[in-house]
Amino acid sequence: MIDTVELAAKTPDQPQPWGELGLKEDEYQRILDILGRRPTNAELAMYSVMWSEHCSYKSSKVHLRQFGEKAPPTDALLVGMGENAGVVDVGNGYAVTFKVESHNHPSYVEPYQGAATGVGGIVRDILAMGARPVAVMDSLRFGSLDAADTHRVLPGVVAGVGGYGNCLGLPNIGGEVVFDPSYAANPLVNALCVGVMKHEDIHLANASGVGNKIVLFGARTGGDGIGGASILASESFDDSKPSKRPAVQVGDPFMEKVLIECCLELFAARVVEGIQDLGAAGISCATSELASNGDGGMHVELEKVLLRDPSLTPGEILMSESQERMMGVVAPDNLDAFLTITAKWDVETAVIGEVTGTGRLVIDWHGETIVDVDPRTVAHDGPVYSRPFERPAWQDELQAAVPTRLPRPSTGDELRATLLRLLASPNVASKSWVTDQYDRYVLGNTVLAQPEDAGVLRIDEESGLGVAIATDGNGRYAKLDPYTGAQLALAEAYRNVATTGARPLAVTDCLNFGSPEDPAVMWQFAEAVRGLADACQVLGTPVTGGNVSLYNQTGETAILPTPVVGVLGVLDDVARRTPQGFRTPGHVIYLLGETRDEFGGSEWAWAEHAHLGGLPPSVDLDAERELAEILVNASRDGLVDAAHDVSDGGLAVALTESVLRYGVGARVWVPDGIDPFVFLFSESQARAVVAVPRSEEVRFTDMCSARHFAHQRIGVVDDGGMLDAQGLFTVPVDELRTAHESTLASAVEA
Amino acid sequence: MRIGVVTFPGSLDDRDAGRAVRVAGGEAVALWHGDADLHGVDAVVLPGGFSYGDYLRCGAIARFAPVMQPLVDAARGGLPVLGICNGFQTLCESHLLPGALIRNDHRKFVCRDQRLRVESTATAWTSGYEQGQEIVVPLKNGEGGFVADQRTLDELEAEGRVVVRYLDDNPNGSYRDIAGITNARGNVVGLMPHPEHAVESLTGPTTDGLGFFTSVLEGLIRA
Repeated sequence: MIDTVELAAKTPDQPQPWGELGLKEDEYQRILDILGRRPTNAELAMYSVMWSEHCSYKSSKVHLRQFGEKAPPTDALLVGMGENAGVVDVGNGYAVTFKVESHNHPSYVEPYQGAATGVGGIVRDILAMGARPVAVMDSLRFGSLDAADTHRVLPGVVAGVGGYGNCLGLPNIGGEVVFDPSYAANPLVNALCVGVMKHEDIHLANASGVGNKIVLFGARTGGDGIGGASILASESFDDSKPSKRPAVQVGDPFMEKVLIECCLELFAARVVEGIQDLGAAGISCATSELASNGDGGMHVELEKVLLRDPSLTPGEILMSESQERMMGVVAPDNLDAFLTITAKWDVETAVIGEVTGTGRLVIDWHGETIVDVDPRTVAHDGPVYSRPFERPAWQDELQAAVPTRLPRPSTGDELRATLLRLLASPNVASKSWVTDQYDRYVLGNTVLAQPEDAGVLRIDEESGLGVAIATDGNGRYAKLDPYTGAQLALAEAYRNVATTGARPLAVTDCLNFGSPEDPAVMWQFAEAVRGLADACQVLGTPVTGGNVSLYNQTGETAILPTPVVGVLGVLDDVARRTPQGFRTPGHVIYLLGETRDEFGGSEWAWAEHAHLGGLPPSVDLDAERELAEILVNASRDGLVDAAHDVSDGGLAVALTESVLRYGVGARVWVPDGIDPFVFLFSESQARAVVAVPRSEEVRFTDMCSARHFAHQRIGVVDDGGMLDAQGLFTVPVDELRTAHESTLASAVEA
Repeated sequence: MRIGVVTFPGSLDDRDAGRAVRVAGGEAVALWHGDADLHGVDAVVLPGGFSYGDYLRCGAIARFAPVMQPLVDAARGGLPVLGICNGFQTLCESHLLPGALIRNDHRKFVCRDQRLRVESTATAWTSGYEQGQEIVVPLKNGEGGFVADQRTLDELEAEGRVVVRYLDDNPNGSYRDIAGITNARGNVVGLMPHPEHAVESLTGPTTDGLGFFTSVLEGLIRA
C-alpha cells in the first residue's frame, strides 16, 4: 500500500527506516517538526538524500562561506557559487563555465562505472548552464603503485574516464595522477569540465512562471544509484556493512552525447525557461532545487516518469541516480517546439508536472499525494553543523620531524642516480600510460594538452581567444600544514596557467578529506578552506564553485587532506601560448624565482626516504603574482619560447621534462653559492624555467630586473642529446626517457 | 566544391571534418543520418565517433541509417567517399570496403601521434601525396585492428589498395600494419588515423593530414 500524506497524518507512530537511509535521530526529529507529522516514505527518501553530507554540505557550509566573504572584487564573474557551475566572462561576448567534482566513493566500489559517471555528472552540470562542454580534465589519486588493489582500481578508473569522455567527444586536456598509501581504499576521482557559451545563453536552474511545464528528458529512470549520495558518498567505508555496489550508477555516454546536442538545440531555439541536470539525489534534487529557486511551487505526477524498471517504488524513483537525465521548465507555448527537437534526437521526454503558485512541492502518485513539502526545507534549509575541530596532537610532532637530517646526495654520481630514481618514482614518472587512453584531439581546438603545465583550448577560431586550465593539489604539503597546503595547491595551478601565457581569472576547487566527525580532520578542512580563501583574495581569483568530498577514510585512517584546485585563465590569442618543452638549440635557459633549502613534503624526501615531516615550502603569493605577470607578458611579447613550472622533484625534474618534450639536449650549470643538491631538487615555490631566444635576452632580463624578480641564467638548449649538469654529471636523453616512461606501464601491465 | 559530412547520433569528429574541408578550400555540407538524399554533394566524409554508441558492433547500426542507401549507391557509381575511424568501420560494415576492424590487440583505447607511410597515391583522397611519403597524424581508437582473410590481404597488396601503413610500432594489431585501404576503383577510402586533426599547426601535431582533403578537391576540379 502506498504511503500517502493522508496516511502519514493518521499513523504518526509508524516506525520509519531513517537510520538505514543515513539520517541521524535529531535530523529525523527535525523533519517531524518541519512537517508537523511524520514524513511519508517518499518524503523521507527525499530528505535523506538532500540532507546527506554530499548534497547539503552540512558540515562544510559554515567554512565555505569564506569563499564568498573574502571573494576578491572582480568584473569577470557572471555567475558565482550556488548554481550548477560558476560562469566567467572571457571577453568578445564569450563566457566560460567550469567546475571540478568528486566521484570518489563510487570509483572505489566500481572503478569503471564510478569514474565514467563522474565524468558524465560534471559534463551535465556544465551543460545545464547553457554551455557547450568543450573539454574535460581529471585529477586522480590512488594507493601505492605496487599495491595489488591499485592494479584493480587504476586501470578501471582510467578506462572509465576514457570510455565515457572519448565516447562523448570531449578532449581530455590534462589533470594529475598521484599515488600515496593513504588513498589505498579511498581513491580520489575528481573530474573537471569546461564549457563555452555566449553571455546571453546562460541558463539557470529555477522553475518560475505559473503553468510552465516540468519536463523530464533523456534516459529512463532505473534502479541504479539509489542512495548514492547518502549511504555511499556520505559515509566512511567499513567492512561490517553490506556491499554498496548497487548504489553506484551506470553510465551510457552515447545517451549523454545525444542529450548534449539535443539540449544545445533546445537552448538555441530558446524554448527552455530553466534547466537542471539530474545527478546526486536524482528527481528529489531536481524538483526541490528548481522549485525553491523559483518564485512559486511545483506539482508533479510521479507516475508519468518513464521507467526502465516498472517495479520501482515512488521513493526509489525519487532517489534513483540514473544518469543522462535533465529536467527542463518549458512555457506551454513552447512545448510543441521542445518536443519536436527532442524527437529529432530520439530523446524520450515526459511532461511530469507544472509550476504552481502554492509555494509547495506536491508530488502525486496515481492521484494520491505522497509528498507535500516546502521545497526550501528540502533543498536549502537542511541541517548545518558547526562540527568541533581541533589541531591534532600529532601535528607538532609531524612538523618537528624535519627532513634536514636525511642523507643527501653530494657527488655528481650520487646526484645523477638520484635524478634517475626520482624520474622513475610513481609520482614523477610519465603518465602517458594513462593519458594515451584519452582522446585529446576531438573538437579540433586543443592547443596544449597533457603533459603540458596546463591544457589550452581555442574557443573562438576567428580571434584566437582561448582559455587555459590546470588542476593541482599536494596532499603531503596539506598534511604538514593544511592552511599552507591549500595555498600551495592554488599557487601551483595559478602558476601552471601562467606558464602557458594565460592570465589567471578564476578558481574551482574539490576538497577531499576524511570524516568530518573527527575533530582533527575537521581542523584540516577548516584550515584548508581558510588558506584557500585568503590566497584567492590575494591573487584576485574568486572561487566560482566546486565540491566537497568528506568521509574519504576507512576505519580510523583518513586520506591525506587533499584540496584540489583548478584555475582558469584566458589567452587573447592562443597562437601566443608558450609550451613547456625546449625546442630550439641556442636558446638560453633562465630560472625565475628564488631557491631555498626546502624539502619538507618533497618528492625527494618521500621517494628516497619514505619521509614525510617538517613544513611544506613557504608560500609567497606576491611572488607568484609577479612571476605570473612576467610569464604572461613574456608570452604575449614573444620573449620566451618555452616555460615550465618548477614543482614536484624540483628543478632537475623540470629541466628533464622540458628536454624530453621534443628530445633536444641542454647544458646547465649550478650558480655559485648554492649547494647543487638544493639547486637541483628543492621544491621552493614561485619558480619557473624558461627558454629565451638570444635576440630577446636583453628585453627579457630588463623586464625581470625592472620588476625586481630573481632570474638566473642557468644554461643553454643544445642538440647534444644529453642533459649535461656541468661539472656534476651527464645523462643521455634516451636514458632519461627510459627512466621516466617505463614505471607505470611496467607496474600496471605486469 | 561541396563535400558532405554525415552526422550520425554519436558522431564526434564531424565538426572537425567540416573544418578540415574548409581549411582545404572546400565547402562543408552537413548531412544528417536521416536524410534520404545527398543534397548534390561532390564527395562525402563519414567522420569518426561512436555512431549509435557503437552498440552491437562499430558501424553496424550506422550502416542501416537512411542516408547510407543513397551513399552506397553513389559510392558504387564513383562518388569519392572517405571514412575515418568510425567511418572506416561503417564502410566495412556496408561492404564498400573488405575486412573488419576489431578491438585493439592490447585491449586499450590508444591516442597518439602516428607515423604513417602513404602506400598508394592512386586514390581520390591521396593523389596529392608522394608515393612512399611519410606523414604524422593523430590516431585514436579502441577498435582499430584491421583484419581480413589471407586471400583478401594478398589481393589488397597485389592491387595496390593498401593506402597507408603504420610505421614504428603497430598501434592496434592491424594485419600487415594496414592503416587504410581503398576499393578497386580508388574512390572509397577507409582510414583508422585522423587526418582531420592534422590540418592546422596550432591544434595538430603536423598539417600532414590536409593532403587527403586537398587531393579530393583538386581531383574534383580537374574532373
